[in-house]
Parts: sequence; structure tokens; C-alpha cells
Amino acid sequence: MASVEVLATPPAAPPVAAAAPPLTLLKRLQRPRVCIALLLLMWLPLTASVMFGGYLGDAFKTWVLLPAIPATILLYVVAVASWRESPIAIIGVSLVFFWLIAAVTVPFLPLVDPNKPIAPFTGVGIEKNGHLFLLGADFKGRDMLSRVLWGCQRVLVWGVTATLVAYVVGSMLGLMAGYLAKWWDQVISFIANVLLSFPVMVLFILILNYLGASGFNIVIAVTFASAPAIMRIVRGLTLDTKTRDYIFAAQTRGEHPLRIMIYELLPNARGPIIVDACLRLGYTTVAITTLTFLGLGLQPPDPDWGLMIKEAAKVAMLWKFSYMLLIPALSVSSLILGFNLMADGLREMSLRD
Amino acid sequence: MTEPSPVLECRNLSISYYTRAGEVPAVVDFNLKLMPGEAHGIVGESGCGKSTVALAIMNYLGKNGAIVGGKILFEGADMRTMSEEQLRQIRGSKIAMVYQEPMASLNPSMRISEQLAEVPIYHEGIARAEALARSEALLEQVRIPDPKRIMNSYPHQISGGQQQRVVIAMALLSKPKLLLLDEPTTALDVTVEAGIVELIKEISQTFGTSLIYISHNLGLIVETCNRVTVMYSGEAVETGDIRSVFNDMRHPYTRGLFNSIPVPGADKNARPLVAIRGQLPLPYARPQGCYFGPRCDHFAAGICDKRPLPMHPVEPNSSHAVRCERFREIDWDAAKPKHIEREPVAPGHMVLHVDDLTKHYTIESRAALLVGSKKTVKANEKITFRAHEAETIAIVGESGCGKSTFAKVLMGLEDATGGKVQLGDLNLANLPVQQRDQGTISRLQMIFQNPFDTLNPSHTVGSQIARVIRKFGRERDAKKVEERVNELLDIVKLPRDFAKRRPRQLSGGQKQRVGIARAFAGDPKIVVADEPVSALDVSVQAAVTGLLMDIQRNNRTTLLFISHDLSVVRYLADRVVVMYLGQIMEKGATEEIFSPPYHPYTEALLSAVPIADTRVRKRKIVLQGEMPSPSNPPKGCPFSTRCLYMMKGVCDTIPPPQRTFAHRHVIACHLDEATLKAMEPVITVEDDAAPSHASSATAEAIPSAP
Amino acid sequence: MLKLIGNRLLQMLLIMAVVSLVIFAIFDSDKFKRQIAVAELGGFAVSALSDQDYEAWLDRKGLNVPFYDRYIKWVAGVVTGDFGRSFEKAEPVSRLLGDRLINTGILAFWVFALMIPISLTLGIIAGMREGAVQDRAVSFVAVLTTSLPEIATAIVLTVIFALGLQWVPANSAMVNGWDWRQLALPVMTLVLYDCGYVTRMTRASMAEVMTSQYIRTAVLKGLPHRRVILRHALRNALIAPFTIIALQLNWILSGVVVVEVFFQYSGFGKLLLDAALFGDVYVIQAATLVAVFVAVISQIISDVGYTFLNPRIRFS
Repeated sequence: MASVEVLATPPAAPPVAAAAPPLTLLKRLQRPRVCIALLLLMWLPLTASVMFGGYLGDAFKTWVLLPAIPATILLYVVAVASWRESPIAIIGVSLVFFWLIAAVTVPFLPLVDPNKPIAPFTGVGIEKNGHLFLLGADFKGRDMLSRVLWGCQRVLVWGVTATLVAYVVGSMLGLMAGYLAKWWDQVISFIANVLLSFPVMVLFILILNYLGASGFNIVIAVTFASAPAIMRIVRGLTLDTKTRDYIFAAQTRGEHPLRIMIYELLPNARGPIIVDACLRLGYTTVAITTLTFLGLGLQPPDPDWGLMIKEAAKVAMLWKFSYMLLIPALSVSSLILGFNLMADGLREMSLRD
Repeated sequence: MTEPSPVLECRNLSISYYTRAGEVPAVVDFNLKLMPGEAHGIVGESGCGKSTVALAIMNYLGKNGAIVGGKILFEGADMRTMSEEQLRQIRGSKIAMVYQEPMASLNPSMRISEQLAEVPIYHEGIARAEALARSEALLEQVRIPDPKRIMNSYPHQISGGQQQRVVIAMALLSKPKLLLLDEPTTALDVTVEAGIVELIKEISQTFGTSLIYISHNLGLIVETCNRVTVMYSGEAVETGDIRSVFNDMRHPYTRGLFNSIPVPGADKNARPLVAIRGQLPLPYARPQGCYFGPRCDHFAAGICDKRPLPMHPVEPNSSHAVRCERFREIDWDAAKPKHIEREPVAPGHMVLHVDDLTKHYTIESRAALLVGSKKTVKANEKITFRAHEAETIAIVGESGCGKSTFAKVLMGLEDATGGKVQLGDLNLANLPVQQRDQGTISRLQMIFQNPFDTLNPSHTVGSQIARVIRKFGRERDAKKVEERVNELLDIVKLPRDFAKRRPRQLSGGQKQRVGIARAFAGDPKIVVADEPVSALDVSVQAAVTGLLMDIQRNNRTTLLFISHDLSVVRYLADRVVVMYLGQIMEKGATEEIFSPPYHPYTEALLSAVPIADTRVRKRKIVLQGEMPSPSNPPKGCPFSTRCLYMMKGVCDTIPPPQRTFAHRHVIACHLDEATLKAMEPVITVEDDAAPSHASSATAEAIPSAP
Repeated sequence: MLKLIGNRLLQMLLIMAVVSLVIFAIFDSDKFKRQIAVAELGGFAVSALSDQDYEAWLDRKGLNVPFYDRYIKWVAGVVTGDFGRSFEKAEPVSRLLGDRLINTGILAFWVFALMIPISLTLGIIAGMREGAVQDRAVSFVAVLTTSLPEIATAIVLTVIFALGLQWVPANSAMVNGWDWRQLALPVMTLVLYDCGYVTRMTRASMAEVMTSQYIRTAVLKGLPHRRVILRHALRNALIAPFTIIALQLNWILSGVVVVEVFFQYSGFGKLLLDAALFGDVYVIQAATLVAVFVAVISQIISDVGYTFLNPRIRFS
């Protein structure tokens, strides 16, 4: 016990103002503002390319990704540098960034058109019709390597967007239910309970059946399915934080409830929220892949892991062709594993501090 | 020499923890010899390694702790070489332990009977029925009322005091040779603590058990122990029998510790407390040589900055030893009180008038749809008092007495059920904070209890102070706000660059200083301080209290000081309000409260406060039971269930009358005036000579910035 | 205790009422009415239908009366076990659903029967000594299996055991009557996925209990290690996993959709998906209601069990 008490008192930080030592490039990059800028620089082009590329033409779709490439690589470096204490987190981050880098660079890689049929049922590592199929070809003769790499774009973009929207909605409701309490809590919690009573897949099927299958509707469905759980977590964190003296201090200053929620409560919930968000990114990835597999999600012909499984499951139930199933299945698993390991590593690190 | 052999001996014991930062020594070169029937106190501030010693004796240091040197001899056998099985046979049968938090130390899903009986079953192999019978008998011995019922209860169904008695009974079941008590009363209220201390004192007599009593409270050590070891930063710095250590201390740290605690005789004007300057070094950043060196006024380069630094006996062959190279050179008598007498502050006009303030809560017992029964909790009942400018009013009471509710009503976070709170021309009783104007809000500010809770961990210290300045419209211009923040940091004696730090980079005392700066940022007229120092270490307490008093003096602020600690209250308050179960039991000037006539509850509170002075004699008044729940208060006088003067048919049915004694000294009690006046003083000091250790000439009177 | 159960049942009724109302309202929309028409009359006929004829059709079907009227009628039907008729299968929904539910029930039974002992044992062993070799091994496997979504697990298992080793069939349609071997892969898929999750939760709970102060008390009382684990730690460590296991029923209902579709097992999940893709409104409605009912019941079991296992709540 004694040691814990002692270690709880952190070492006095060196005086910040006195002759600031020259910051290394890495230290500069690790500043929150820079990280957020890099994230936006990676994310906005990718989203624009995947969500709106269809409306804006092929050239736009390709070249808009150019600035995202250095941003993604820098982010990876920053992430590895900041989390080097936890090998688990590093493995997780590496898996996730493998797919992120693939997503932003795929138009510039020397790949064939993922939708072009070349040589049906060509096995792994075989050259046929003038093309070397490193990961084989599917039943229509399309290059699996190209399809797998292109396929990650849609899962990543829609998965992250859906999780983000669910988080914004869930956190706001959670803050309101937790902080404002009274009938706010009653109403919000009841709605959440109703939604949580649905098995997730049943809710997805119901919503997508009602709204129709599309990326945007997946975002809505994921929000309906995830926001109640997020709301419960944030509500719990809020209930815990709200009894703290600094909240009391803000109240006695006469601060507006909205300011207390956003400025005083939310930043203190960010630790558990980030960990949970990583896990939830995994769930959402599962959901999107599964929904596409079930025929309720993203539509053909563009490559998508769920779609690849769906198509292969019909025609490739033979040992010889099992690569058609295994490749997309393992790809999606590696991404989810990455998210889960990231969550584990972050949780471990937050417990240590 | 026909000396009996010691029960326990620690020889040059060193313990380390292994962390990410590498090996961190927690305890260095610790020696202790415990004779049968002896009670040995280990005292020190948090982080000094005192609890680690206890766990090391039990050989239970967790997976990152280890004994790295020395020996622990229990009845002559080295415990470090024992097998797991040998240790198991000693644990709980020959050495037993009592812990700080009784609730957490009992298994929540097992009945008390089961948890008690398994001790003799596994150690002595006796039958279950016999073990149960013995457990019940022992519960009786630790004076638990209705042991049959308790045996069948789960831990959460009994009160904190009873839980601790159960843990003590569990420890005594196998008649141990040695009992380790690790802050056994810290989590309990003072009057409950007094009962447990009484019980512990009897143990060594009745059971012949040797005790090691670990505490941060010097007063408790005096009451329970024969010998004491003072620890600082992992080292024993002074050891000896109680009288020689307390009356003729020979280590500058021990001296500093005593100077920073309020004992009777200390007074904020005549004899202010003296804090130890600086901060406890971190275990991985200890100084060369004497760990206390940087904070010591007698530090001499070339002597104090060298190792080894052994313990020296004060006299040849004396058991009183100190770890100080210069203790012979220091003139201990010259370090006599330096009087920095200050004019007492004259109170000004009345600023706050609380009149018959009442706050009731209704709680509905569970049920979302089914209609539950409603209960009324009387949190505050007819609170009346007045506060003047520059005055310090202490509101005293144990947990659940309604002091926090009172603060909430005052700050406008709760509506009063009845009565008035008059601030100037404004009645605040039913004026929620959102409806108060900026001026009113800024006139009333608050300082909080828990240093770890008082600041928002997500924002910098500077931004949190600046927010108050902007919010109350003191300054708008960014430059001026920054200036004002710096000014406030100067006032609370913190370096200016702390403005850029986050709360987690600050120690508890520093956070509390920031809390004070934040409270005074809007130039308040009234500051409510809710136990502002109770969570801090004693030496830091003195510094923070001193600071608070200084600012109050300079600004002529009215201070409402909420506290359970009568020693602190006696030291700094002008007037005292004693509360019990939401009602005022007694109020008056500080001297009036601390001398007869007393309210029976005040009398018991006074007797319960541990005082670290061997010359103080107290009348023993030990209350039975614990405070009733505010949702189900007794009829009549709220104190009637525990009062030793209870008159059946009167006290338990009729609310007590208010009896006025001196000018504004009021006692709410059924006892007639003659009886109350005939009460004897609770606290008497043996000889009337000036206390020998009031304050040292060498330490600064006002704490310097850490 | 009884009050708690009564309370939760009341809450469940309220939730069911809201859910059924919402579901009914959704399927009362024009879009689904047209879907019903398409199912009955065929797509071409409906598109050729004039507005007047469509109105007449609605009238004939009783779809034109006010919303609340039809809701009451529908609820009355549901209470007597009449869920309407399936368009696709031309069978009463109740019979169709009943058969499929039994199949899914068999699947779920085996999943629970395997998952509970495996995951509790592994979780307890791992949590007993945090950071030890067995803990690291179990945690690693658990994170791996939770990271494989059901669809990937199903594929990997199929490739290994059905396509590669050919021990079991890859298809569980059971066209030639009941075959236990066809149940192996669906059960294994669900067990693998769920095991990881429950193991992790059990491990976390056990690890937390092991660092608690009352375990320290028990050890320092000199009790044998077995007694500390079995009597002091287990009871407290199993409270959290119990509630999680009860809630797995809800998860299984999700997982079952994927697994049944992948393996062609004719259970509840496949029925729901087929109905959704076909637009078989009454089947979707009934299946959803049943799913919600099961989920709410599992929540009640979890709540009541938690209260029962935890004396701190039971006696307060």
C-alpha cells in the first residue's frame, strides 16, 4: 500500500517555461493538435473518395487520396512511438495501420482492376492469361489480391463513420441522462432499454429491411444498435464523475449545465471511451461484413470482404478453392484483432498510470 | 541478563518494490524488537513505509514487492526462510492482522459466523460447532451487542464500528502472540474510534498479546502504545519508549511533526503551528545522506549528506535511538517557542444570518412502476447561527450530521425546506444558484475536502483559476487574467509555472493550495471550507491551515470551517457550532465549547479526540453504538440513543430545550442548568508549565512554498 | 425478491408493448403494404394495378381500417397464438416458427452446455494468477477467438474439418433427416466465439477478486490456498460471469443468424433472414417479437440471478 501511495505522487515535471529544450520532430508530432490534424488529413480524403467518389469521377477518387498517404504513415509512426510501452498495443496498431495504409495507397499500387475477370478459379501463386495471381483468382477470374486490398476501403470508411456517429449520439444522450438525471434519465434509459432488448442482428435486419440496404443506412442501423450501449457507459461514467468536487465547484460558480457536461465531464470520460471505441470499431466491422454476407449491406460489384465471402460460399465449398473463403475471412479477422489488441493495450496502459 | 526473548525482531530489514522505474526501496534498514505484552507504535506520514513493514512481517508483499535484506525473526525463527506451509500455520494463528478498511477486509458474500469459525477450524482442527460457539463468545468479548444476530449477518448489514470489532475478534480467535493493527480506526468516526481504541488497549492486558500499532496519528499512539518508532521516507528516524520520544525528541523530523499538530495550548494568534518546509522526497529521488536533510534546519554539509547513517542511542545503553548525526550538537532547549504574537482580528458587522434553516429530503424506495413507500430524511433541522466579517465559524460533527447538506443549501445547489439564509438583504434559502446574480455567487465560495477531487484532472491549473476570474467578471482581458492568476499563485505560495501544469503533477497539499486560490479568485466575502485539510498529512495540514488563515486575515473573509477534528477547530475557530444528526447541539465561542458546561455529545467528542501530548489527561467517555440513520431519527433528542445521561421518558420523547449560558453559548439539552454547569473539564494538562514543544525558533512560522 | 421479479416482469410487459407497437407501426407503412400485395398478387400485377383497385385490395384484406384498430386485432391474435400466415411458405407463422425455434433451441442448448464449463474453468484458472504463464496463454487464445467474427470462424472450421479432414459435413441443412454430425460445426462456431468473451470476463472478475482486500484477509488468516480460492474467491468472482452468461442468450440470437445461414441450418435465424429478404411481413413481425421476448427474459434472469447471488443487494 505504501508504495502505491508514494508512486501516486508523480515526479515534479521540469519547469516548462525555463529555456524550452528543442523539441524533436517526433515530440512535435505527438502534440494533440498535430495528431488531430493528421487524423483529419488521413480521414477526410479517404471518406470523400469512398463515399462520394462515385459522384465525383474516377480521377477525383484517386488523386484525393494523395495527401492522406504521408498523413497515415506519420500517424503510424506517432502511434508506435507513443505506445511503445505496450507490445500488445503495437501489434494492434500495426494490424490496423496495415489496412489503413492499404486503403489510402491502393489506387497507386500496381494492381489490376479488381472487377476485371481474367482467369476463373486460378489457384494461389499461379500465372494464367498473362497475369500472376499471388492470392489466386475468384470464380469470375478476378484477382483476389486486388479485391482484398480494395475491399478494406469500404469496411474501414463505413465502419469508422458508423462508430463515430453512434458515439456522438450515445455520448450526448449518456451525458444528458447521467448529468441531468430526473425525467431525462427515465426517458433516455427506457428508450435504450427497448433498443437493447433486440438481439443486435435482429435489429439490423429490421432496420435495413425497413430503410433498404446502403452504406448510409448501415450507419443509421449501427447507431441504433450501438448508441444505447454507449449511452449506458457514458451515463455510468457521468454518474461517477458528477459527484466529484470539481463538478460541485463548477455548479457553485453557476456554470451552465451544457458547459459542465462538455467541458468538465466529457474530457474525464475520454479514457474508457477510447478503449470502448476500439472494441466497438471491431464490432462494427463484424457487423458490416456480416450484413454484406447476408445480403443486407453494401451492394456489388465493388469489392468488399463480406461480399467476397458471400459469393465464394456459394461456389467454393471445396478444399481446392478454400482460399477464396479464407482470404477475406482472415483479412477481416486481422483488422478486428488489431482493434481488439489496441483496446487491450490501451486499457493496460491506462491501468498502469 | 534474564531478559525474556522477544516475540518479534526485525534486523536491518529492507524492502523494495519493483516498478517500471526499476527497484524502488520502500523500507531501508528497519530494526524493531518487540517483547511479549508490549505495544509498539509505528508512526509516520503517508508513504513512509509503515504499512509495508506490517505486510512484510506477514510476508505478503504482493508480486512486485520483496524483502531485499535483513531478517524477520518471529520467536527466534527467520520468517524469510520459511516455506509457504510454515507461513500459513503462523498467519492468523500466531500473527494476526487488523486492517484499515473493515468493510473491504471482510468477504461480502459470506456470513460473519463462517468467516470467524474457519480460523480455529483450520488452525486447530476443532469441530465446527465448537468453533462457532467460540466465535460467538469472542464477539461478546469485543463487546458487540447481540452477537447471535451479528453471527448470522453479512458484513454489509452491520455498521463500520461493528465490522472492525468483528475483524478484531477474527484476529484474536486463535490467541495470537502478535497482533498487527494497520490504521484500524482511520475509516471510522471519532466517537466510534474511541470505542475501538479502548478495546485495543484492553487486548494486550486480557490476551497478553503483543501489538504493533501503525498510525499516522500521534495522539492514538500515545493512547495505545508503550514504545514508538517514527518513520520518515522508508527509514526509522527515532525510536524509544513513548515518554522519552514524545517529551525529549532528538530528531529534527520528530520535532517538526510535533510542531505542526494542534495540541491544547496552540493558538492561531499566540502560538501558531509551524509546518515542516519542503516536501517528502519521492522514493526514487531520495537525497544523498540523511533523507530529511533538505527539509532540516540543522543540515550541515559534510556530515548530513553522507552514508552510512546508523541509529545512535541517545544515552549509552538507552533504548531511545535516533538516526541523526548531529543530535548531540543541536541545542534542543534553545529551540524554544519564538513568539510571533499577532493581534487577534476583531470581527466586523454581521454578514450571514442562518435562521431556522430546515432541509428535508423525501426518498422513494425503489420501483419504476410500483409505488414505493416514501421516507423523509431530516438532513437539517432548524439550524440557526450568525456569522460576522473576518470571523471563523467551525461547524463540527461526524459523518451524517448534515454539514454537507447545509453547505449545499448555502451554495444554492439544494432548496431549503424551511427557514432563512440571510446574506445582506438577500434570502438565499430558496434561491438556486442559477437564479443568483454574479455578485452573490462570487461572494460565496467553497474549498473542498478531497485534494484529488477538487481540481478537474483534464484542465491545467491556470485555466481553472482563470475560469473563475472570467466567470465572475473580475478581469476580461487575457493578459490581465494571466496576471491575476499569477498573483493568486503567489498568494498561495506556489511557483508561477504551476499555472501550466495539470493537477496530476501536483501533490495533495499543492492541489489544496490551488483550491484555495480558486476559491479566493473572485474576492469572496464568505468562504465555506469543507474539511479542507483532513485528507492531508499532518505536516502539510499545518502549512495549508496557516495559509488559509493568513488569506482570511488579509481579506477579512468570513470562514465557515466544516470539520470533525476538534483539535484543528480549537486551534483556529472563533466560534463553534456542534451538530448531530442534522441539529445543533451546542454553539458558542471556542473557549465556551471546550470548557464546561458541555452538551453531553460535545463532552464525548472532546474525550474521543486523540491528543499527542503525554501530559494531557482526559476523562474517558465512551459512547455506545453509532449514529442512527437520518431517515429514521429518534424521537425527542437525536442524541438520546447514545447519551450517557439519557433520562427515560423525557429525552427519548420530547425535543430538548435550548438553554442559554453565557452571551451566545447555547446548549440543547434536557439536563438542568445545575447539572450541566457541574460537569468537570474533559481535558486537563498535568503541569501548567508552558508546553515544551510549542514551536521551534529555527523553523519558519509561515510555511514556505514546497 | 418477489417484488423485484414482479417489477422486472412489469417492465418487460411495458417494453414488449412498446416494441410490438413500433414493429407494427413499421410494417403498417405503405411500403410494406405494397410488399404484401406483391407477395400475394405478384410484382407485375401490382404495378399494373390502378390506385382504385389497390384501395379495394387493401379493403378486402382489412388493411384500410385505422391503425389502432388493426393493432388491437393483431395483439388479440398474438395472444391466442395466431401470428398470421407466411406468404412465402404458405403455412401458419406459429407452426413455422415453432419448428424453427426447436431447432435453434437444440443448437443453443449445446452451445451453452459446452461454453459455460469451458469458459468458466479457463477464466478462473487465468484470473487466479494474473500475469502467470497460464493467464497469458488463456488470454491470448481468448482475444484471438473473440477477434474472429462468427463468419470467419465458420469458414476456418469448415475449411479444416469439412473440406480438409472431411470429418463432418460442411452443410447442416439436414435434408435427409436429423443428423447429429451436421450440428457439430454450427455449435463449434458459436462456442468458440462466445467462449473467448465469457472467458475474458470471468478472468477479469477473478483477477479483480484476487486483488481485493478480503482475499488478503483470507490468506493472512492462514487458510489453505484451496479454501481461499474455492470458498472466498469463487463465490464472488462468479457473480459477474453469471449475469454475462445469461445475457449471452441475446448474443446467440444474433450469432445464430449468421451461422444458420452459412451452414444452411433451418432454424430461427435463417427463417428471419429469409423472411426479411422475401418481405414476408408476418414472419418478420413474429420472429422479432419472439427474439425480443427471449432477450428480455434473459435480462430478467440475469438481473434476478445477480440479486440472488449478491448478498449485498439481496439483503438491502
